[in-house]
Amino acid sequence: MSGIWVWIEQHEGKAANVSWEAVGLARTLANNLGEPVTALVFGSNAPALAEEAIRRGADSAVACEDTTLVDYRLEPYAALLSKLVGEAKPSILLVGSTTRGIDVMGALAVDLEAGTIADVVGIEVDGGTIKATTPAYSGKLMATVVHADPGDAPRIFAIRSRAFPLPDGDAGRTGEVKMVEPVLAEDDIVTKAVSFEGTGGEISLTDAGIIVSGGRGVGGPEGYEPLRELCGVLDAALGASRASVDAGWIPYEHQVGQTGKVVAPDLYIACGISGAVQHQAGMRTSKVIVAINKDPEAPIFKLAHYGIVGDLFQVVPALTQAFKKKLG
Amino acid sequence: MRIVICTKETPDTAAKVDVAPDGSVTWGDAPLVINPWDEYAVEEALLLGDRGATATTVVGVGGEDTKEALKHALAMGVEEAILISDPTLVDADTLVTSRVIAQAVRKLDNVGLVMLGKITTDGGSGQTPAQVGWRLGWTILTYVSKIVDIDFSAGTITVERLLEEGKQVIQGKLPAVVSVVKDINEPRYPSFMGIRKASRAEIPVWGAGDLELDGISPKVKWVEIESLPPREGECQILEGETVEEAAGMLADKLIEEKVV
Ligand SMILES: Cc1cc2nc3c(=O)[nH]c(=O)nc-3n(C[C@H](O)[C@H](O)[C@H](O)COP(=O)(O)OP(=O)(O)OC[C@H]3O[C@@H](n4cnc5c(N)ncnc54)[C@H](O)[C@@H]3O)c2cc1C
Ligand SMILES: Nc1ncnc2c1ncn2[C@@H]1O[C@H](COP(=O)(O)O)[C@@H](O)[C@H]1O
Repeated sequence: MSGIWVWIEQHEGKAANVSWEAVGLARTLANNLGEPVTALVFGSNAPALAEEAIRRGADSAVACEDTTLVDYRLEPYAALLSKLVGEAKPSILLVGSTTRGIDVMGALAVDLEAGTIADVVGIEVDGGTIKATTPAYSGKLMATVVHADPGDAPRIFAIRSRAFPLPDGDAGRTGEVKMVEPVLAEDDIVTKAVSFEGTGGEISLTDAGIIVSGGRGVGGPEGYEPLRELCGVLDAALGASRASVDAGWIPYEHQVGQTGKVVAPDLYIACGISGAVQHQAGMRTSKVIVAINKDPEAPIFKLAHYGIVGDLFQVVPALTQAFKKKLG
Repeated sequence: MRIVICTKETPDTAAKVDVAPDGSVTWGDAPLVINPWDEYAVEEALLLGDRGATATTVVGVGGEDTKEALKHALAMGVEEAILISDPTLVDADTLVTSRVIAQAVRKLDNVGLVMLGKITTDGGSGQTPAQVGWRLGWTILTYVSKIVDIDFSAGTITVERLLEEGKQVIQGKLPAVVSVVKDINEPRYPSFMGIRKASRAEIPVWGAGDLELDGISPKVKWVEIESLPPREGECQILEGETVEEAAGMLADKLIEEKVV
């Protein structure tokens, strides 16, 4: 029972940033615990991503490239992961706390009777125990969680996007990549992936370093245009409050908050958003929060670090112009 | 075919949640309500009545309080409710909860679909749906934003799932376990009649003995829970002679903070 394993998730041959953040965390833990880091990569481009995992901090990698693994599906992914982890018995397994990571880890936990801790934002090694911190009650509280007598099952953690630093690659790092066979054949898999409709090159909210978000104050679907222009200048993702999503002004994928996405960018610019607790649940851990609102009493100003009281249709374009000038 | 909906009660989302000196979590006099995501699961199960589902059962694992969530589902139109309650389940993690739910589903007859919410808003991790499905060995379809097609007699289901990078359309076979996201529907308000009926409903309680669950223990432990430190400092309001000036000052601050 030794080794820190990281499951790298990928979509269309590109790894999720949170997977690299997990590799970075694994490296830190490895230096502390003296155990090697192994990355697991399945699907398109697996061998190349395995090499990248090593450059980012893994000592070695296990890869499987097969037609059954091209489109993500839970059954073939979980079956393979379960077999590999069950045989090698690493002491720790890290995955991203994402739609895929949560499901794959859940299935694996059932197979191995292993404890899992999701949405981890901090990890501390304290003698023989590893303490994980995770937001609870929609981010209103912070819980410290540990594994109870893991036996010979790994301690499994799913880490939140952007909670740990993204490691740069080091071109000098090399290691062994072992290719393995899948566990399930196509005929054994009940689900068939029919199609995938991407979000069309928009920056993903959970990965974004900057989010510009608009609420009921934008007044209608066209009210997002000035926000989109600011996003363009800042390379930011576009967020929204539930009120504007429910009004049908912008798709649900953009919703931030308790019943939307939880985000933690370096900069969150809330425009025409009052700052209800349910909205705060999705963005309160952002590093710097800016509020643009015409109501000086809006609760968002209690959370914000900087604010401008005014009409967003004047302030946002002025901010776009200011950044254009200052950022060249 | 029967649809089983799983729900839990959670503190109202607007509640001010805090930690008492003895370390327990408090939410003042805010009510416990049906976990918001589960309302979408209930609504979708009811809508599937038009597409061939013949019976609906809502199941909750927890204490007496859970009956409020179950009654909400009954008031919306679900036919029957079952509470699963046992002292050994107090510190249940998802590994335990999923085992209990899977056992309950096995005990009910003719189940074609189990529907859950994406996540619970208290200690939730969103793993219960996949774990229930994996235990049952059924098709697992999580984060569903639309049931594109379902045919209870042919035993097929096609759904749209909301992933980080976009929407995946995926096909599977019944029986299946489905978790839903908010986009899937608009939950109805319980009718007056529904509320009356629910308030009179006798909800049967199953214990661990009914589900043959021995040797079950959680694999994770919460050792501490703290409220968040209040945000330090005040909001700095930027004012200028003109909007352009204020915007320029804000841009300078953000560049100084190195966040752009
Ligand atoms: C179970 C549950 C879950 C929920 N989940 C979420 C969630 O995930 N995310 C979420 O966001 N909400 C959620 N909500 C809803 C939440 O309670 C609020 O209703 C919602 O966040 C309000 O959105 P808003 O701030 O855009 O609208 P409002 O509260 O109406 O605020 C609009 C703001 O815009 C300002 N404004 C108007 N015009 C202008 C202008 N021209 N220039 C500048 N400012 C202007 C106003 O002063 C006001 O402050 C949830 C609620 C419940 C009950
Ligand atoms: N104690 C419980 N009783 C019934 N259903 C539950 C329980 N806990 C979780 N669920 C279901 O599983 C979903 C995901 O919860 P979780 O995995 O705890 O975040 C919820 O939306 C519910 O549908």
